[in-house]
Amino acid sequence: MAVSYEMYQEQILDHYKHPRNKGSLPGATKNARDTNPLCGDEVVLHLKVDGSDRIADVRFEGQGCAISQASASMLTTIVKGMSLGDATALDRDAILKKLGIPLSAVRLKCALLSLHVLKVALGPKPDVSK
Amino acid sequence: MARKDRMAKPAKMLLNVPAIQADFPILKRTVRDKRLVYLDSAATSQKPKQVIEATSDYYSRYNANVHRAIYELGEESTREYEGAREKVADFIHAKSASEIAFTKSTTESINVIAYGYGLKGKLQKGDEILGTVMEHHSNHVPWHFVKDHKGAVLKYVDVADDGTLKMEQYDDLLTRHTKIVTVTLCSNVLGTINPVKEIAKRAHEVGAVCVVDAAQAAPHMPIDVQSLDADFLAFSGHKMLGPTGIGVLYGKAELLEETEPLLGGGEMIREVHLGWAKWNDVPYKFEGGTPNIAGAIGLGVAVDYLTKLGMDAVRAHEMEVTQYALEKFDRLKGVTTYGPKDVKKRAGVVSFTIEGAHPHDIASILDVEGICIRSGHHCAQPLMERFDLPATARASFYIYNDLDDVDALIAGIKRVQEVFA
Repeated sequence: MAVSYEMYQEQILDHYKHPRNKGSLPGATKNARDTNPLCGDEVVLHLKVDGSDRIADVRFEGQGCAISQASASMLTTIVKGMSLGDATALDRDAILKKLGIPLSAVRLKCALLSLHVLKVALGPKPDVSK
Repeated sequence: MARKDRMAKPAKMLLNVPAIQADFPILKRTVRDKRLVYLDSAATSQKPKQVIEATSDYYSRYNANVHRAIYELGEESTREYEGAREKVADFIHAKSASEIAFTKSTTESINVIAYGYGLKGKLQKGDEILGTVMEHHSNHVPWHFVKDHKGAVLKYVDVADDGTLKMEQYDDLLTRHTKIVTVTLCSNVLGTINPVKEIAKRAHEVGAVCVVDAAQAAPHMPIDVQSLDADFLAFSGHKMLGPTGIGVLYGKAELLEETEPLLGGGEMIREVHLGWAKWNDVPYKFEGGTPNIAGAIGLGVAVDYLTKLGMDAVRAHEMEVTQYALEKFDRLKGVTTYGPKDVKKRAGVVSFTIEGAHPHDIASILDVEGICIRSGHHCAQPLMERFDLPATARASFYIYNDLDDVDALIAGIKRVQEVFA
């Protein structure tokens, strides 16, 4: 398989075709949405934070390319059960490591959209709708 | 295999494609050791060596500002720059070269019309501007300005499912309140060629002017502004073999007189005093600042190149390639194409979607094969909303594309389907 097909490794396609934690989340305490204006990718995150500042549950909704949606699916598996402090400290390297694929500068934006939405959800302005 | 025989390629194409390809230096390069298959000419075309050499020649031999240098170089640059204006005028059959203003792009040209004729012109609050749902953002947003700052009312003709304009709705929306009708001659997403001659005729019957976005049409088919009876018409050089940063604004002489300039500065004035100035004549009043001289000269050479091929032949060639592509697409399961099925009603722009694969992933995988296509909303979000599509993939053809390029595209699409199976 040619080098660039590595972008579409099995794990990416698996998360794209069988997204984890996808759907709405009644009772969510934090929600955020953003789009990638270049591609029209959209990711919405719903977080339910419990009394001990832990992300008890998480769901995502959205549409877009395999990279953006697989990355969102993977992100939900990372943050589920995480403390707010740890989730806030998540950086791009954590996501890119999990994705484990070579990405061009353009596709990097797809890959990091969900992390950006998480930051918005956890940030000072929790409800952002564009 | 019988089916395959029916789809046999014509023995000879209408244009001598190998000879044309030889004129385009970029087509000699490879992408990751694959032959470059360039199918994004609707975004920007490649450039023949004649155009590249003409711009380089200007900088190497006679670089000087136009219209003011009183020396040989300046006379040569002015002659070539004005010569390009003549060529463009002939290319679209304008009555006179003075009806051609050079801008930087179709976008700038439409902004000049929206600002200079709409916003600063005769339009009154409540006057209506009638556009269509299939316009490129550059024929939407300038009119938003006119709405926001002048209180004009914007209305839009919808697109039918087959990708054509709803002409009966056009008749309903067209009233004595309509002052401007603005329409693309050819859709950059659907490829639809709109009946602009008829649209302009009906616009004139209610006293409106007709603005035509020809960005996707001028490179691909003969244009006669007098036959169309277009009042304004805009297009770009870079989509028709010319350099980037050069565009054309055509307007009927009397309308250009009524249109205020967008850019104030050098070149566009007759006299300047403290606090006031008098504009230069049409078309120079629209060319504030040192123009893109090399770009205009390059565009003139691009026009020469296309004229030599013959725009009828260019159009016929693209119909042939598009017909072949649509037939191939039709046989693919899980692939949808958009726009008119009849190649007589469309240009060589084919938007498509593949079940289960996002357009950006399609473009990424085709890129691995050296195939360049576009993916996204194509700067036509209202149209994408109309068809309830977040994005499409788009292949577009030009004079240097042949049926092998279509075959490469189809093979690439099958590869995409394997990855996402």
